[in-house]
Amino acid sequence: MIRNLTEYTQTAIGPILLLGIWEAMCRLFDVPAWLLPSPSKILIEGYEILPILPAHLMATLFAVLGGFALSIAVGIPLAIMITYSPVLRRVIYPMILALQSVPKVAIAPILLLWVGYGLKSGIVVAATVAFFPVVISTAAGLESIDRELLELTRSLDSSSLKVFLKVRLPWAMPHIFSGLKVAITLAVIGAIVAEFIGADKGLGYLILTNSGALKTSVVFFVLLILSLLGIALFYAVEAIERAVCPWYMSDTTKAETL
Amino acid sequence: MIDTKDSIMSLDGVSRRFTSRANDAVLALDNVSLDIRRNQFITLVGPSGCGKSTLLKIISGIIPPTAGSIEFDGSRLLKPSRQIGMVFQRPVLLPWRSVVENILFPIEMLGWNVAEYREEVKRLIQLVGLGGFENALPNELSGGMQQRVSICRALVYDPKMLMMDEPFGALDAMTREDLSVELLRIWTERKKTVIFVTHSIPEAVLLADRVVIMSARPGRILMDLPVNLPRPRSLETERLAEFQDLVHTIREAIYGERKVKQ
Repeated sequence: MIRNLTEYTQTAIGPILLLGIWEAMCRLFDVPAWLLPSPSKILIEGYEILPILPAHLMATLFAVLGGFALSIAVGIPLAIMITYSPVLRRVIYPMILALQSVPKVAIAPILLLWVGYGLKSGIVVAATVAFFPVVISTAAGLESIDRELLELTRSLDSSSLKVFLKVRLPWAMPHIFSGLKVAITLAVIGAIVAEFIGADKGLGYLILTNSGALKTSVVFFVLLILSLLGIALFYAVEAIERAVCPWYMSDTTKAETL
Repeated sequence: MIDTKDSIMSLDGVSRRFTSRANDAVLALDNVSLDIRRNQFITLVGPSGCGKSTLLKIISGIIPPTAGSIEFDGSRLLKPSRQIGMVFQRPVLLPWRSVVENILFPIEMLGWNVAEYREEVKRLIQLVGLGGFENALPNELSGGMQQRVSICRALVYDPKMLMMDEPFGALDAMTREDLSVELLRIWTERKKTVIFVTHSIPEAVLLADRVVIMSARPGRILMDLPVNLPRPRSLETERLAEFQDLVHTIREAIYGERKVKQ
């Protein structure tokens, strides 16, 4: 516990030092607030937008979670198809790769044109950004199955559905979750991109309008909220992983303590 | 000759050819014929790459031979059979399942009533000395303990035959000796036909009723050696002159052949 406390302090030293220098520099050189606001100014002006913040935060959160859910709903079945059928693998895989190599920011306007303004487009853009790691890691996880274990199930005359549900899927879970952790952070980016292009709500919208109005300190404050949202979502996924595959987590924590 | 009624498996002229990357045909097994009696403990030894594992995979029905046939328990073996249990070099347990659940895994996969096997699982856990670890997860067990679990998993659905592919190969020397003696005890209590692949010649002699020695590629049966050492055996058995003689004979057969080839 004491050791933990010292470790936390050590981790905190860097940011605190950085913030201190930042604040000092702003005051010392009298940097204009529209160019680089000091941390204290960010907090003060951020406090003023607090009343309107929840509505925007919720809008972004819905887009992120919706997009994340959609990326799972599309990505995992795709990965299963790729794993089980060599034909589908040859058909689907290159298309996924091609889609992945197109910059999402560039196709977002088109997506907006198709699905419309607001939350729907946020969900769709977030999903297109997030679904690639879901597919890749799920497919990798399903393929990582032990050959000998499969031979064993063959000798037991097990149906492929049973093997999938009782062996392959749980075996792939740690892989799937490593993909999901990447996907959730990408979903945040996707949602913001969509809000930049066409929305009247959301944290991305707040950033865009306030930077246009040169309210740089508000922009910084929203950025802070946005990072906190990303971190919270990441740890939420990790908490689910801990609950779903405790055997794996106990493995890694063991490795860490060694 | 062996009474055919007593035979559980017979291999007749089994060969296996692989196509290598360079498109050359590689003969891994060449005309192997073997008759295996019920409840016999057979060990399979030979130099690396002699096709022992290929032979084991063919006997388990995992891969088909390119020539010859295998008769198992009265019919031709064409695919993996539930009557052939498997123990691999690594324990390959399911990491999210406890010891008990791992042992019950085959029962679930076979679609049998799990509740009816709980008692049997308890007995097996006692038999291999894992009492107290029923609810442990595989990563909480040592390598030797995990291998014991995998032996229980192969025994729980009572197959007629047991294929063991270097099951102690990944264990340290002491655990290995310990487990071989224990395997003998388990085998005495649960009579089964066992085919046991190993790299260790003393281990092969200690366990077997019969040691089958294979030659380097292409794998052929070099010698089929009966082991008539008294049972029950223990590590003390290794001090017997007959034991030493058998080990010597096998070494001669394997290394002697290698010298001739070089």
